[in-house]
Amino acid sequence: MGAGHSHPLHVHGHSVVHRLAPHVKVLATVGYALALATVPDRAWWAFLLLALLVTTAVVAAGLPVRFVATRALVVVPFVAFGALVPFVSSGHDAAWGPLSWSTAGAWAGSAIAWRSLLGVTASIVLAGTTELPRLLAGLERLHVPPALVAIASFMLRYLEIVAQELARMRAAMTARGHDPRWAWQLRPLATASGALFVRTYERGERVHLAMQARGWSGAMPPLREDQPDVGTPLAVAWAATAALVAIAARVMPS
Amino acid sequence: MAGRVFDDGRFPVHVRRGHAGIGLLRMIRNNRIRSGGSMHAPDGFLTAGTAVATGVVSAGGIGLALRRTREALADRAVPLAGLTGAFVFAGQMVNFPIAAGTTGHLLGGALAAVLVGPWLGALVVAVVVVVQALLFADGGLTALGYNVLNMALVPAFGGWAILRLVRRIAPATRRGIAVAAGLAGLGSVVLASMAFSLEWLFGASAPVPFDRVLAAMVGVHTLIGIGEGIITGLVVSAVLASRPDLVVGADGLDLAGPRTRGIGRFVVGAGVATLVVAAGVSQFAADDPDGLQAVAEEQGFADRAGDHGLSSSVFADYATRGVADERVSLALAGVAGAAVTLAVGSGLALAARPRRDRGPDDPGDDVVAPGEARPSRPGA
Repeated sequence: MGAGHSHPLHVHGHSVVHRLAPHVKVLATVGYALALATVPDRAWWAFLLLALLVTTAVVAAGLPVRFVATRALVVVPFVAFGALVPFVSSGHDAAWGPLSWSTAGAWAGSAIAWRSLLGVTASIVLAGTTELPRLLAGLERLHVPPALVAIASFMLRYLEIVAQELARMRAAMTARGHDPRWAWQLRPLATASGALFVRTYERGERVHLAMQARGWSGAMPPLREDQPDVGTPLAVAWAATAALVAIAARVMPS
Repeated sequence: MAGRVFDDGRFPVHVRRGHAGIGLLRMIRNNRIRSGGSMHAPDGFLTAGTAVATGVVSAGGIGLALRRTREALADRAVPLAGLTGAFVFAGQMVNFPIAAGTTGHLLGGALAAVLVGPWLGALVVAVVVVVQALLFADGGLTALGYNVLNMALVPAFGGWAILRLVRRIAPATRRGIAVAAGLAGLGSVVLASMAFSLEWLFGASAPVPFDRVLAAMVGVHTLIGIGEGIITGLVVSAVLASRPDLVVGADGLDLAGPRTRGIGRFVVGAGVATLVVAAGVSQFAADDPDGLQAVAEEQGFADRAGDHGLSSSVFADYATRGVADERVSLALAGVAGAAVTLAVGSGLALAARPRRDRGPDDPGDDVVAPGEARPSRPGA
């Protein structure tokens, strides 16, 4: 994995979506999420249209279906929760055989499933088509404070390393027979976590010294966006369609 | 590579397949499906107005923290803050055992504040929350306002206030500081749940009365907070054992001091009191590790998540929201509001105050420079 250029959730490609200016992509995703959040529960057709929109984005980005599907598994708990909602809601007013449920709850549950699934898919497209430096440059261009972007940049660069360090510690503990099941067995884990913090922090100290050795002046070099803006009208049209769907869904009587 | 960061690290590397090869069963078995969030509210859990209002508050808080840490961030603190963020992120992936294979995990707001100071701690956890929403689809993008407020700002400053408060009465030994950090961890989670309930009071998206939401949230999160507190205390204690200079909240640590016995009784007392409160307030099963979701399920208010209207005003249908007993509700809101305001406010005040034993009010003091003198440990 090319450190710093890619991240575990990224799929290399050259589609229009990949080449979109990152700040446009972030704004389009936020616009889509806003549309998603404002569609009323019962406007199932609006959710279908929004699903169609996000599918267009997935296809345009050329993301492998398998990649999107596996990544989207993070929504399983929310979809399952959505499926449960009609039965845990108050005011059961429908029944089939021994089952009874609340109609309002069923609508709300379906909306939860839709929102979590589509929101996650939009995020997957954003993360899957944007290299980290470009994403961070986009955030900077959106006037996110440079210090925050710098912190996020260091965090993302070292997250994988810290996670692997943690995995090694856990593997070593497991190899020595540590398989905690109860709260009073968690001292070794907490001690390991403390050691992880010390190691991580000391790594930060080393990184800082190395940066100083390379002439660190106290400011991150500008994350330059060197690629031409491609497809901005397409992205704007895409987000505007989502907004129109949401507005239509709110205006129309359901 | 995909999914590596979702690992809980329980299984050795060779168990994994390559690119995106995460079997659903294995993900569930490894508890990997939750990437980290316990309180990451999805899009539309609260009304749009509340989302905007909390967004403004969160942006203001982050701006303030940025100002306070500007000098430090100009130099050494950037890589250190980034790596602390990576640690908090990774720490949220560690599944700590609670009972019979049920696991919980760290939220980390108070821990970050104790380790690197409240300003930088709040900043770091806020970055973690934003990145989780942006890259990991954990928590809605439109829910960032209240997610950052509840998971970064309230825990960091509320936790800091509790730490300073407890440290006044606890001895300045490793144990005393660990206990103070633990109580800060417990309190931070409870304060966060109160903050969410208060936001619910103003931005409810379902007809669930505030007092029931508050009771459920605080009940479940007291139990979660006990785990958080124990882990926070133990982690701080472990760091203090090897690099006490790294713990900003441990200023004035007396390594040569007597090993106090009294603190043990204090811990037991605090634990028992907490348990009594938890038992009294909640009759809710907390076997679901996701507290917010458990409460949502319990109260059925999640069924209305997202059905918020841009048109619904703050107080328009307050009276019709099924407030069982308005006076009780108001009293509870007052108590919760006072608790959150007091803790977070005094946390901010304490964080802004120059510390006697640390020299002038230099935010850079919040981060120990590499090579800075470390306190000597007797017998180390």
